[in-house]
Amino acid sequence: MITMQLFAQGQGSAITDSLYASGKIYVVVAVVLLILLGLLLFLFTIEKRLKKIEKKTSAKI
Amino acid sequence: MYKSWWKILGAVLVIYSTIAGFLIKTPDLPIIRESIRNLYFHVPMWFSMIVLFSTSVFYSIKYLSSSNPHDDIKAVESVNAGVVFGILGLTTGMIWARFAWGQAWSFDVKQNFAAIAILLYFAYLVLRNAIDEEQKRAKISAIYNIFAFPIMVVLLFVLPRLSDSLHPGDGGNPGFNAYDLDSRMRMVFYPACLGWILIGYWIYTILYRLRVLEKAQR
Repeated sequence: MITMQLFAQGQGSAITDSLYASGKIYVVVAVVLLILLGLLLFLFTIEKRLKKIEKKTSAKI
Repeated sequence: MYKSWWKILGAVLVIYSTIAGFLIKTPDLPIIRESIRNLYFHVPMWFSMIVLFSTSVFYSIKYLSSSNPHDDIKAVESVNAGVVFGILGLTTGMIWARFAWGQAWSFDVKQNFAAIAILLYFAYLVLRNAIDEEQKRAKISAIYNIFAFPIMVVLLFVLPRLSDSLHPGDGGNPGFNAYDLDSRMRMVFYPACLGWILIGYWIYTILYRLRVLEKAQR
């Protein structure tokens, strides 16, 4: 690990040299994006369920 | 609170800033290198926390003049949401520090005071639960909250500047914007902040509405 870091000095960083060169940073972006989209969608469904219950209780009162 | 356009805006901004945060070129600085991209994710956590705690203080002050229990619920739930963002800010900061400063926790003033600031709000949440009578609880915690907020601001933004700190923006270090937040990074950083603030506020409104429903059921 240390030698790798030393090796990377002077050129681009280790990530620009390896990940970006192979273009596979998009894989990470896709994974993170999926997680983010999933969580946001989850939030929207919670919101929807909440609205439903709110309507029901306000009708009852 | 019930409109949905700003929730969609928040979601879009967060998604945009995540994609752009990974892909847009950044200045190649020594030591931090690509980890500068953490700026798009670590800093917005703190900004969201500050906004949520500010709303909390706003409603605490409002409660003291109105005595409306809903204002009290708003104050608590925004702290509940804000504390989550604070913990996220602290832990993301620790991961970043592990690789930029050498240690996850180097007892840097910024880290110490940030931890204390969050503990201050934990105390607020615990203190509330210790008081049974509802009006008393609301009043005492509102007053505590009003005092806690300026102390939190001083701990996070004033004291670290007065002593040596590794954190950018403190102890004589320039903030990121001073030397390397170039225009490309600004195009990601500001939307990221706004987006995460909106998401944080949204989570707070959900917590608030849930609490109101719970109260109505009892």
